[in-house]
Amino acid sequence: MVEGSQKKNLINKKGLRVDGRKPDELRSTKFEIGLLEKAMGSAYVEQGKNKIIAAVYGPRETHPRHLALQDRALLRCRYHMAPFSVEERKRPAPSRREIELSKVIGEALEPAVFVDLYPRASIDVFIEVLQSDGGSRCASISVASLALADAGIPLRDLVASCAAGKVDGEIVLDLNDDEDKLGEADLPVALMPQSESITLLQMDGNFSQKEFESAFNLALKGCGQIYDLQKQALKEKYSIKKEVLEDLEGEKEE
Amino acid sequence: MPLTVEDRQLVTPGDLLAEVDYKAGENTYSENDKIYASKIGIVGSRRNIVHVIALRGFYTPQVGDIVIGKVVDINLGGWVLDINSPYQAILFVSEVFERSFNPRKDELSEVFNIGDMILAKVSGFDRTRDPALTLRGRGLGKITHGRIIEMTSAKIPRLIGKKGSMIDMVKKGTGCQIAVGQNGRVLVRGKREEDVAFTIKIIRKVEEEAHTSGLTNRISELIKKEKM
Amino acid sequence: MVDSSEIITNVMERRITKLLVQDKRLDGRGLTDYREIKVETGLIEKADGSALVSLGNTKVLVGIKVDVGEPYPDTPDEGVQTVNAELVPLASPVFEPGPPKEDAIELARVVDRGIRESKAIDVKKLCIIPGKKVYIVFIDVYVLDHDGNMIDASAMASIAALAISKIPVYEVKKNGEIEITTKKSLPLNDYPIAVTIAKIEDSLLVDPSLEEENMMDTRLTISLNNNNDICAIQKGGIGTLKKNDILNAANIAQKKAKEIRKIVKGK
Repeated sequence: MVEGSQKKNLINKKGLRVDGRKPDELRSTKFEIGLLEKAMGSAYVEQGKNKIIAAVYGPRETHPRHLALQDRALLRCRYHMAPFSVEERKRPAPSRREIELSKVIGEALEPAVFVDLYPRASIDVFIEVLQSDGGSRCASISVASLALADAGIPLRDLVASCAAGKVDGEIVLDLNDDEDKLGEADLPVALMPQSESITLLQMDGNFSQKEFESAFNLALKGCGQIYDLQKQALKEKYSIKKEVLEDLEGEKEE
Repeated sequence: MPLTVEDRQLVTPGDLLAEVDYKAGENTYSENDKIYASKIGIVGSRRNIVHVIALRGFYTPQVGDIVIGKVVDINLGGWVLDINSPYQAILFVSEVFERSFNPRKDELSEVFNIGDMILAKVSGFDRTRDPALTLRGRGLGKITHGRIIEMTSAKIPRLIGKKGSMIDMVKKGTGCQIAVGQNGRVLVRGKREEDVAFTIKIIRKVEEEAHTSGLTNRISELIKKEKM
Repeated sequence: MVDSSEIITNVMERRITKLLVQDKRLDGRGLTDYREIKVETGLIEKADGSALVSLGNTKVLVGIKVDVGEPYPDTPDEGVQTVNAELVPLASPVFEPGPPKEDAIELARVVDRGIRESKAIDVKKLCIIPGKKVYIVFIDVYVLDHDGNMIDASAMASIAALAISKIPVYEVKKNGEIEITTKKSLPLNDYPIAVTIAKIEDSLLVDPSLEEENMMDTRLTISLNNNNDICAIQKGGIGTLKKNDILNAANIAQKKAKEIRKIVKGK
């Protein structure tokens, strides 16, 4: 958290944020499913100015072979930012931040995957941030989860992710880049909503115990909203009108 | 007790499908006596088993499946094939050479070489090793002519139809020989190029309209029209 | 994720879970007990500051080196803090030689966050010529013996080393050159402490040993400042946590941080 030398008024007198949002309002979020041809599963998200694409390859043979796990699939996640995704050009080689994020994002997604079903195989998740504006790790988890579903990999649940934070002393939802840089705290969370199991939790900044609880609860609410948007996107992509659905009872070869 | 979702509804992973009373069928899982979907698909139930017909998926080998594989490697044990699944398949030397024999590598490549397409059957598969193939069966072996197309393995059952009804109708109507691999690969052979092309057109149509009603009739109409 | 942990036997796993039901642990500790903490400072004379922490059998050595360099463009009048961690092969049969991999990188970044977000190093006091020359504080974490909970041991060693670090005082001469005149203590504003809690089945235990780490569902590290505010949190590992786990962990961390700070500072 870098504090600017002059304090920015991130929340105006009406209680609205720099981009006009209320403290508990999510940025405008849109998901698109199955946009890539070669990948086995893919999805794209625009959350505020974030533009992130995720692709899944697998389950497939593990290369190099010696990395394969005998009793389950190896889930590998690569979070990478394009050089043009941020204000100051970022060098293409993976930075330490990207390596850490690759690790925590993979750990946020894996609990949802039935990895036990595919011993010795690999499931590779590739996330490319095309444009970044705060909260990219959360958006990455949400979109990667959809790519896993699109690949037809069996999942316990989708993983929905959202961050809350503290800006000008107030607890807010879904910080954009300015709020993240100039605010006082950032708390990204990821959740499997059906079982209320938290798969990602990080924080940096400063929270009293009370503030932490408040922010945590708000982030969980945000995850719930993201979950609804994820399901909506899947339904829109795959719905078949009921009338047109044939009687599948008889068709299924047992 | 009924399902918690409507029958034939589109469900997504994590959706609650049923509580108590039901058993977990295909593409579902159970936790604490509740059954959830594990894939995107259409929910259905038969007797007390709730299942999801997946709209997205990949081929997982099962013993007894007919598959069409492509030779990608040869080693002293036999041939390694890509069968469009998370695992590569092995065709052991003993499947082809009856007697106990120690062939050198270049002799093996004379039988099947890298790039060859093979019609085979899955003879063994478990968690500890890659699926094994056999050629013992009618029509199994190297594919020497015809066209092979690839489609979503999830839709293969629809192409076959109840007790083979759909595929038989297509075979009869087009006069072509069709070998359907469970792994999403289909071999089409016919005397005339137009027949083969038409058959492929039908297969693509089935793939696209797999879950819609009236498909059987539409395919039947298509065949009738072509004959005229 | 490639599993870098050792193989834990089923028999040991069962023993651990059986004991946990009675709120007991393999080494006799209670769920909220830390292993013995020993701190030794100043052992590396060539470093500007150093500390060796033993947490049970886990040993971490931190060396501080202070250099002069350019500030970051968006903070021209602030010093720079950078943390690097090395899991050197001699520390454990499962560490391999080579550049830091994701475990080492995560360790460094978690330790860094605790110090950075608590503003422990007063970076405003580390400016020599604004926009041109500032102090760069290199915090190098060297794990020497891995027996579980490297994060907490590393965080303790880092702050203990910083607390006794001496930095050269630069005087800016009239011709713009800078010259070392004397040495002073590194300006410190806070004393952050990291508390790592592991979840095994339904139990939360602090300071996991290596065996406990290898079988835990997941871990949660919470860093607190002198005021008991939360400055950093990191969940690690494949497992999941329930909301109550997290709130309980925050409570436990608050109590333990105070205790540990006394022990580490006291030496």
